[in-house]
Amino acid sequence: MPGGMSGVVTVMLVGVGGQGTILASDVLAKVAAATGLDVKLAEVHGMSQRGGAVDTVVRFGDKVFSPVVDPGGADHLVAFELIEAARWLHFLKPDGRLVVNSRLIAPLPVLTGEYQTPTGIEAALAFEGAVFIDAEELACEASSPRSANVVLLGAMSVGLPFSETVWRDVLSRRVPAKTVEGNLAAFELGRQACAKGACEL
Amino acid sequence: MSHTLLSGNEAIAHGAWEAGVLVAAAYPGTPSTEILENLARMEGVHAEWATNEKVAFEVAAGASLGGARSLVAMKHVGLNVAADPLFTIAYTGVGAGLVVVVADDPGMHSSQNEQDTRNYAAFARIPMLEPSDSSEARAMALAAFELSERLDMPVLLRSTTRLSHGKSLVETGERQECRGPAYVKRAPKYVMMPGNARRRRIDLEERLRKAADESERSPFTVAEMRDTAVGVITSGVAYQFVREALPEASTLKLGMTFPLPEQKIRAFAAAVERLVVVEELDPYLTSRLLALGLPVEDVGLSHIGELSPGAIAAAFGVEPPETREIFTDLPPRPPMLCAGCPHRGVFHALHKMDAVIIGDIGCYTLASLPPLSAMDTCVCMGASIGMAHGLERSGGAGERPVVAVLGDSTFAHSGLTGLLDAVYNGGASTVVVLDNRITAMTGHQDNPFTGRTLMGETAPDVDIVAVCTALGVADVSVVDPNLLRPTEKALRAAVAAPHVSVVVTRAPCVLLTKEHPDPFAVDEEACTACGECVRMGCPAISRGRDSKAVIDTTQCVGCRQCVQVCKYGAIVRTGPSCDFKGRS
Repeated sequence: MPGGMSGVVTVMLVGVGGQGTILASDVLAKVAAATGLDVKLAEVHGMSQRGGAVDTVVRFGDKVFSPVVDPGGADHLVAFELIEAARWLHFLKPDGRLVVNSRLIAPLPVLTGEYQTPTGIEAALAFEGAVFIDAEELACEASSPRSANVVLLGAMSVGLPFSETVWRDVLSRRVPAKTVEGNLAAFELGRQACAKGACEL
Repeated sequence: MSHTLLSGNEAIAHGAWEAGVLVAAAYPGTPSTEILENLARMEGVHAEWATNEKVAFEVAAGASLGGARSLVAMKHVGLNVAADPLFTIAYTGVGAGLVVVVADDPGMHSSQNEQDTRNYAAFARIPMLEPSDSSEARAMALAAFELSERLDMPVLLRSTTRLSHGKSLVETGERQECRGPAYVKRAPKYVMMPGNARRRRIDLEERLRKAADESERSPFTVAEMRDTAVGVITSGVAYQFVREALPEASTLKLGMTFPLPEQKIRAFAAAVERLVVVEELDPYLTSRLLALGLPVEDVGLSHIGELSPGAIAAAFGVEPPETREIFTDLPPRPPMLCAGCPHRGVFHALHKMDAVIIGDIGCYTLASLPPLSAMDTCVCMGASIGMAHGLERSGGAGERPVVAVLGDSTFAHSGLTGLLDAVYNGGASTVVVLDNRITAMTGHQDNPFTGRTLMGETAPDVDIVAVCTALGVADVSVVDPNLLRPTEKALRAAVAAPHVSVVVTRAPCVLLTKEHPDPFAVDEEACTACGECVRMGCPAISRGRDSKAVIDTTQCVGCRQCVQVCKYGAIVRTGPSCDFKGRS
């Protein structure tokens, strides 16, 4: 069955170009690799990075074949933005886990008035176990709004089978030296927010 | 030896480095760009951005003559530009190993068309390897150089987006130093005038026969016998999709897909009950297997776009899994010009002038989307100038000004010849060179107009104005596109001129600017909801309460373009964005 190979975990990270989904997925993939698992990661660069919808997929387990999955194939969906959470929700398994940044970034057709701002997304996503995080607010608290991706990484990490030491180690090596402290603080705030929030595991 | 998580592009670079590659050249193009960026950081390699793919190919071919293992990389459409040397280098053969890496983009994530480069290998008659993950990408890049030297042929290494931009674990090795013999003159081999070319044409067939033997013996072609009820012949990333979708099926993974290993294919076909080909894009393998008289079953997979495990499973009648709710009517999210992009003001002006805007390949193609809607065509690298000249000559644009728009790097790639043509033939169109000092769309690569090379060395700072003047353009002006009024004035003057004129709009890509001024905000009292700023298409500006403008201070970079279009002075400077807790 597609996406259903036993022992393989699929995490999908979706958002808006420029939000740092690629860095977050790279850290996750490296954490899985450092833990001794087989890993595959699929990302798309180029045109879509300019404010377009972006999706990356990280899959890990004993042996991973496909780098991509189909609808219904993701165990975890980490959405950096509300509309993108809704757009990709059908990729999540019915019993999969959703972590979502409770922030809406209006796409161009909304900015120009061609579409209305979608309403009710938050309510529709608030199923049991879904975790909402205000990543920008926590990121500002930790260092700068640019580390919102790492806040979400922290929130996501609570639901994944890797030690905090490995996360912090990989993260420290992956971000620019002068931002290590701020990013570790952002990661910790994301972890705490998830642990004390609606994070049922 | 160590295991590292590498993208396909990183793995190709590493494999080439291990093979002792000495010279590498490319023109940036998604999804191939990172191959050269990685090689440039590796010890002992000279890597350079060429002005275009044809030049890159020729640089690598020349280096190969000089005994240096050489690599050239490009995206699929780049091979159209480099096709001219490709077809004839197949005749001449190589000095040291010459590897041509071409990355296709099924699904057109970042491309204007969807070509299947496998056809080029057969068309130009050069051997081709197709990796299915990063580990094979590294191993095949390494092996391709040896194959090239054994066969005296350039070897094509074909990637796709999912390989180039997918990451998986790779066991890397050490570099082997293997400089080939120094250059010796061999005119009958390298001077392709008809008498020599006819002999090399016959020799090429002999080399192809040897290549077919190599294909039969290739360690990269692997038959995996599981349940023999279904046998799938496949290659590249499609192999991974097949393994995911049909874990029980037997597979023949073809590593070398030109020439094909006919004996291995026949043996596999004879061992399975149903024979199916799974391949992305064109029916390249299917048509060849049918020509061999093999009973290939058509399961109805599309030849358009990317495959996925789900698409393959569905073709074999597997029910798709249950999913959560599918949201309909969500607003699409197309990519857009960044907040503070200096191109925005240029398109705002051209839109106002009702110009016919003949576009080109780069970030600025995004200006075609509403609300700017400021692009009439986008075809291929450098097409803008020739097409604008032709449209102007046709008289079909009536009284509307015809303006070609292209970036600095695209101008270097293939704008120069078009501009010379328009001047020579007495055209009157206007050419706008959006000089943002970088090749932006592919992720900020240097080019001949940036004064820096791929290796980080200082290069002659070639002046676009001087180039245009030398090509015979009488009327060249330079403006800062962040200043809207002077920009519009320069554009209006250029289109009024009775000859070819060039306007260079010069301001660095906003993504290269690290420190930005404080963001702006809208004074709600002063805003009349006229919508003029919203029509700039800036991602930071939207309509809020009573349709009045709202600026997202986390996105605003303080470029002041919207301030200049607001007639009511309603856009005012504010404080750092975290004062707003990351919200507008």
